[in-house]
Amino acid sequence: METLDFLLQGFAVALTFENLMFAALGALLGTLVGALPGLGPANGVAILIPLAFGMGLSAEASLILLTSVYAGAMYGGRISSILLNIPGDEPAMMTCLDGHPLALKGKAAESLAISAIASFIGSFLATIGLVILAPWLARFALKFGPAEYFALFTLAFATLGGITGKNQFKTVIAACIGLMIATVGIDLSTGNQRYTYDILELYEGIDFIIAIVGLFAISELLVFIEKHSSEGLKRVVLNKLKLTAADIIGILPTSLRGSVLGFIAGVLPGAGASLGSFISYTLEKRIIGDKGHFGEGDPRGIAAPEAGNNAAANGALVPMLTLGVPGSGTTAVLLAMLVSLNIQPGPMLFTQNADLVWGVIAALFVGNLILLLMNIPMVGVFVKLLSVPPKYLMPIVTLIASVGIYAISNSAVDLFFMIGFGVLGYILRKLEIPLVPIILGMLLGPEMEKSLRHALTLSNGDWSVLWSSSLAVGIWTLAVVGLITPYILGPILRRKMTKEAEKVQITGS
Amino acid sequence: MKKVTLKRALLAAVISGLCSQSVFAFEQSRSVDCIAPAAPGGGWDFTCRTIGKVITDLKLIDGAVQTNNMPGAGGGVAFAHVVGKRKKDDALMVASSTATVTRLAQRQFAGMDPERVRWAGAVGADFGVIAVGKNSPFNTLEDLIAAMKADANSVKFAGGSAAGGWDHLKVLMAAKSGGVTDLKHISYLAFAGGAEALTQVVGGHISAFTGDVSEVIGFLESGDLKVLAVLSDERLPAPLDHLPTAKEQNITAVAPNWRGFYVPKDISDEAYQWWVDSLDQVYASEQWREVMRKSGLMPFHKTGEEFKTFVDEQVQEIRALSTEVGLIR
Repeated sequence: METLDFLLQGFAVALTFENLMFAALGALLGTLVGALPGLGPANGVAILIPLAFGMGLSAEASLILLTSVYAGAMYGGRISSILLNIPGDEPAMMTCLDGHPLALKGKAAESLAISAIASFIGSFLATIGLVILAPWLARFALKFGPAEYFALFTLAFATLGGITGKNQFKTVIAACIGLMIATVGIDLSTGNQRYTYDILELYEGIDFIIAIVGLFAISELLVFIEKHSSEGLKRVVLNKLKLTAADIIGILPTSLRGSVLGFIAGVLPGAGASLGSFISYTLEKRIIGDKGHFGEGDPRGIAAPEAGNNAAANGALVPMLTLGVPGSGTTAVLLAMLVSLNIQPGPMLFTQNADLVWGVIAALFVGNLILLLMNIPMVGVFVKLLSVPPKYLMPIVTLIASVGIYAISNSAVDLFFMIGFGVLGYILRKLEIPLVPIILGMLLGPEMEKSLRHALTLSNGDWSVLWSSSLAVGIWTLAVVGLITPYILGPILRRKMTKEAEKVQITGS
Repeated sequence: MKKVTLKRALLAAVISGLCSQSVFAFEQSRSVDCIAPAAPGGGWDFTCRTIGKVITDLKLIDGAVQTNNMPGAGGGVAFAHVVGKRKKDDALMVASSTATVTRLAQRQFAGMDPERVRWAGAVGADFGVIAVGKNSPFNTLEDLIAAMKADANSVKFAGGSAAGGWDHLKVLMAAKSGGVTDLKHISYLAFAGGAEALTQVVGGHISAFTGDVSEVIGFLESGDLKVLAVLSDERLPAPLDHLPTAKEQNITAVAPNWRGFYVPKDISDEAYQWWVDSLDQVYASEQWREVMRKSGLMPFHKTGEEFKTFVDEQVQEIRALSTEVGLIR
């Protein structure tokens, strides 16, 4: 019941006029970012962080804005999947399978509406899951001492590549780059400066936000310049929506199953939204079997992955808020944002910043409703926006990024750092080295180092402290499983995913 | 004779009048700058914005106080900026606190020392505190210090500043005045913030917490934490007057984390005096009392020469302590 009280207080925060506006704005921008192929949710949030700083928003408003962007991006990804057979972001890949064939049958509007409803159900149920699980996990997290945290961070690194990650070696390289960047600055445990060369600007280390904006937003611009792709996507005309109650009831069981699976996939570190949508889709296909016509435009084939990826997105917030360990790339970016706002995620967040946490959770409910409203009657607007040429979009993105970064500290040095990271991001993209592990390395590296040193200080140098509690042993076991599974399951899952995707390309084209 | 005297008297009066007028002739610019050497949202940012508002409300200047955020190197970037580029700027104050002095004392701002600015005044403080979890065997600071006398490494402290930072120094100060000789072997675990350190103490993983009073208030009500001592001269005002001070337990450690300002070195004495007078007026104002009450700041007021002497003493104390435990050479 205590939880309900907090949630009501949260609604009081989220329903103020100002915060409602930010939720709506975030939902709109997020859907747009998600819809544009190439700009995933992590990029979207990264690009819009400077906007929050630039406007000088309070912690609550910034977080409400950015979590709405996050939720919006998960909605938006499906639009280009369905209309153009190009996933707007990675988790929306599975939506292509049945969404596009249905659109080809002249039912694009129905396809979009069904996916919006499934997204809503997934997101809504996962937010309820968050409300139930997060406070419980926050209390449980008090049992985590330095040794347990060290094991937990190792787990996060072990599962970094994720089960669907392509090249484990490149993931490791990326994580190492992040770890190296993170060593710059004052070393908490000794008070010594590391790699600062008496340059005052480096004493506090390199700001996550600058690295994130540079790596994601600026490198996006460089890639765009190189491609010369100044034309927008082809224009699509939508049919008039004819959706019956029976259609909605038809996808309900599927959406429920997809939501639960997606939420679990989201809470587990490393799995993420892509896996959430994939598992939901394959399971649904198995349950329904020959009675359905999957791959040819079955509505349930649209509902399953969409419920799955939206639920996973919210599920990933659970470990981020309660333990300070992000479950996905986007939550890593949100975590960096929290840290920049002087808010330390972890068990104490729920007692010390109750207003903020519950405000954000309530905003997830509100934002989700706004998104549903936006995505059914107003879907035409987004479809039109898809045909806006990137030559108009990219300069705006760059402008927002630069102004926002400058606004954080009024320092031109930060802008040079941002550009430097942009160039680094561009080179890494060319080498196909993933960018998200860099951010995770930067965020988790110092925490992991600190936990290890604290654990050893407490035990007076006895290493066995690292596996002395049953909790720690449990986490170590998970870490080992997480490290080995990709080598066994990865190739099988990946083959299946590409096979499904190829099938669509054949039927779709 | 009489005439001459009268003339002289008149002359003297006029001259002295002119002189005294020139003392008060300093006119502050329409608006002044306050540098907060951190990102928006932190303590220094708060100091600048609240003081700025009170200065404007009291009409000490015609315009407004503009807060400029200049984060970097724990205040080092702002310090170097003021020393290097704005040393004659009359209309500039910089928010500072014990953390600034700690870093200066330990020579952490490359090539800088406390003599290169003028210390204007402090207008409030948060006092140091040493606390333990509710299941801890220690009930007084004396118990804790006694255990440390037997084995300095037996008590582990968690705090929200880097090793050698203010939270670490508080432990060393208390231990030293309590008669612990083996200061080098006291374990201090550094966290990125007080909240993170408290989590570990409340969770029972680390034995003691060192930090500021404002950080533990939330945990006093829930009973998760036992405060062993507040490091202040006297007991804090109600409702915190039930907390014992270290002094009552014969440990003379006083650790105020004051909030105040420095101004550039080469401004005129009149301009410096204007800042001192203004800070005195702010401290005496009803508006500032209200800010202190709301933000949990404790009474602490030193300006001008008195403040300068206090800063010098704090620098000496920190330097001596840091050298003793090998934090600086």
